[in-house]
Amino acid sequence: MTEHIDSIRTYALVLLALLALTAVTTLVAFVDLGEFSVVVALAIAVCKMLLVALFFMHVRHSTKLTKLVVLGGLLWLAILLMLTLTDFTTRGWIGVPGR
Amino acid sequence: MASALQEQFDTEAQQKDASTLGMWIFLITEVMFFGGMFTAYTVYRRAYSDAFAVASSSLNVTIGAINTAVLLVSSFTMVMAVRAAQLGQRRTLVLFLVLTLILGGVFLGVKAYEWNEKFEQHHVPGPSFHLDGVPQQGHAQLFFSLYFAMTGLHALHMVVGVGILSWLIWMAYKGRFTAEYNTPVDIAGLYWHFVDIIWIFLFPLLYLIDRHLPK
Repeated sequence: MTEHIDSIRTYALVLLALLALTAVTTLVAFVDLGEFSVVVALAIAVCKMLLVALFFMHVRHSTKLTKLVVLGGLLWLAILLMLTLTDFTTRGWIGVPGR
Repeated sequence: MASALQEQFDTEAQQKDASTLGMWIFLITEVMFFGGMFTAYTVYRRAYSDAFAVASSSLNVTIGAINTAVLLVSSFTMVMAVRAAQLGQRRTLVLFLVLTLILGGVFLGVKAYEWNEKFEQHHVPGPSFHLDGVPQQGHAQLFFSLYFAMTGLHALHMVVGVGILSWLIWMAYKGRFTAEYNTPVDIAGLYWHFVDIIWIFLFPLLYLIDRHLPK
C-alpha cells in the first residue's frame, strides 16, 4: 500500500463541516421535533463520526482488511445494542404470572 | 531508515499496515467497552425518561458545545501533525503536536470546571444530592452516575492521550520521526480521533436530546 497524503484544504474543509454540524445539532435540539429529536441528533453524530473516520483516520485509504475490521466492530456494537434493547423494550408485552 | 524494519516483515509498508490493523483491533475493543455504557444509558433513559429529561437539561449546553468544538479542532491539529510527519517536516510536526496537547488540556480544564459546578449545585450522586423538579431523586442520581462514569472514562482516555502526545513531542523534537518512519504519530492519531468520536456521541446523548421538551 502506498501512503496517501491528503491536502491541507481537504482537512480544513472536513473541520469546517464538523464545526457546522456541531452548531446545527446544538440549535436543532431546541426545536420541538418530538421523537425525532433523538433521530436527528444521532444522524448528525453518525455523519460526524464518518467524517472523522474516513478523512482524519484515513479509513478511505486503508487496506481492505482494516475496513473489514472497522465494519465488523460496528456490527458487534449493533448486536450489543439491538439484542439488549429487544429484551428491554418487549418485557411489558406479555404478562408474567405472579407479577 | 532500513533499521526501522523488524525482521518478521517483508517491507515497511507491510509493517505499517500491521501496526494500523493492530491499533484498529484495539479501538474496536474500546468501542465495545464504551458501547456497554451507551447501552446502559439507553436502557435507563428509556425506563426513567422524565427524570433523565430534567437532569439532562440541567447540563450547561453552551459549555458542552464549545468543548465539542475544542475537541474537533484538536482532531484537525492532530491530523495536520500526522501529515507533517508523513512529509518529514519536523518543526511543523512538533508545532501541531503541541497545539493538539494544548487543546486537549483546554478540553480537560473545561471539563473540570463543569464537574466542579456539579459539586457546587449538589448534582453529584450521594447523600447531599438534590435536583429541582424531579419527584424521584434516585432516577436523577442514576443519570448523574452515568454522566460521571461516561464523561469520566472519556476524560481518562484524554489524560492518557495527553501523556502519549507529550512523549511524541519529545521524540519528534529529537528527530526520531521521518517521512519513512512515523508509525507512532499515525497510531496515536487514530487513538486521538477515536476519543473525539466518543465525545461526538456523548455530547448529543447527554446534553441535547431532551432540550426540546417543555420545562
